[in-house]
Amino acid sequence: MPDLKILVVEDSPTMRQLIFFALKRMKGIEIVEAADGVEGLKKLNSQSFDLIITDINMPVMDGLKLISLVRRDVKYRTIPIMIITTEGGAEDRERALALGADAYITKPIQAGNVLDTAKSLLGIP
Amino acid sequence: MSEEKPLDNQTGGEPAEIVQLMSRSVEFTKELMAENERLRFRVVELSEENRKVNLSDSLEDKQRYLQQQIRQLEGEKARLLEQYQLVEEQNQVVATRYVEIEEENNNLANLYVCSYQLHSTLDFDEVTRIIMEIIINLIGAEEFGIFLLEEKTQILKPVAMEGISLEGIPAIPLGEGIIGQAAVSGENYYSPGLEEGATASSLSHPLVCIPLKIKDEVIGVIVLYKLLPQKTQFANVDYELFTLLAGHAATAIFSSRLYSEAERKLHTIKGFMELLTKPQ
Repeated sequence: MPDLKILVVEDSPTMRQLIFFALKRMKGIEIVEAADGVEGLKKLNSQSFDLIITDINMPVMDGLKLISLVRRDVKYRTIPIMIITTEGGAEDRERALALGADAYITKPIQAGNVLDTAKSLLGIP
Repeated sequence: MSEEKPLDNQTGGEPAEIVQLMSRSVEFTKELMAENERLRFRVVELSEENRKVNLSDSLEDKQRYLQQQIRQLEGEKARLLEQYQLVEEQNQVVATRYVEIEEENNNLANLYVCSYQLHSTLDFDEVTRIIMEIIINLIGAEEFGIFLLEEKTQILKPVAMEGISLEGIPAIPLGEGIIGQAAVSGENYYSPGLEEGATASSLSHPLVCIPLKIKDEVIGVIVLYKLLPQKTQFANVDYELFTLLAGHAATAIFSSRLYSEAERKLHTIKGFMELLTKPQ
């Protein structure tokens, strides 16, 4: 039985696999994948998560919309959110953090950086 | 021979002499007593001195012992310090090696994912989409494209673009310009100012050209025009990714094209067969 569950919302299968590889180095982690914001919300409604990792640019529902919906819901308000995106501008970062994201990582991704940030948000030393 | 006199005679029998003699005896006795007292005092003094001397010897011994101990401990300390420094140096080496292995592990994971994804499908559009994803997410390019070589016309035709409209990109004859030359030579091209964060000055002067090769045969070129703002320079893993893309993307594209062609032919043959076997 895994101790922690992470929801990865990302439309690119390559990115999802890369994130999976990076996070799987933590023990007792279960990773659930979703291809867009809507699928992410569905998974969020059916299971409980300890961390949400999301891209910003996605079809159907983007990451910023997903964050605002998650933060509006009392049930999910405390779940930490990490963004992994190509948008490297300061304005994008500020907007995402203002909406309620806890960490903001820009692409190209480095597995070590993703792992360290996830650990930090999950409170794993 | 003299005759001994009686005592009375010896003392002379004179009382004054006797008193004098007695008083001298008393004085002598007193002197002896005083001398005795002085000697006793001296004995005490000497005893005290002797005790002090003995004590001093004992302190000196103790001091010598302690100094020896200090020397031993200092030697031990120096040895431990040396060992500590050695362990510290080994620690540093292990820590550095750990970081290197971690980095290498991450790079290998990236390369594995790229390779896995590239060969996960035989659909040409999906293969090009995966190549685009790798270039965006792992290399960090903002504007780039894929050119494929048309064997009959010997022209490099753009098949997919990111950040630039596909319509605006002209086809390039083999051997023409930087892109055409890269396709002829089969060697990767890197813009001279790449490390200083240069961007492509025009479509004909890209930042990077990666010829897609199957063995020595070039089937196309990946062309990078602009990197993401946060991507300031290439790392070692990027060059490894370029090498991986040059080979694996080429075979993935080639396989998917062959598969599409085979599917199309199969479809045509099936159509013919249906026509032939169709009852009149």
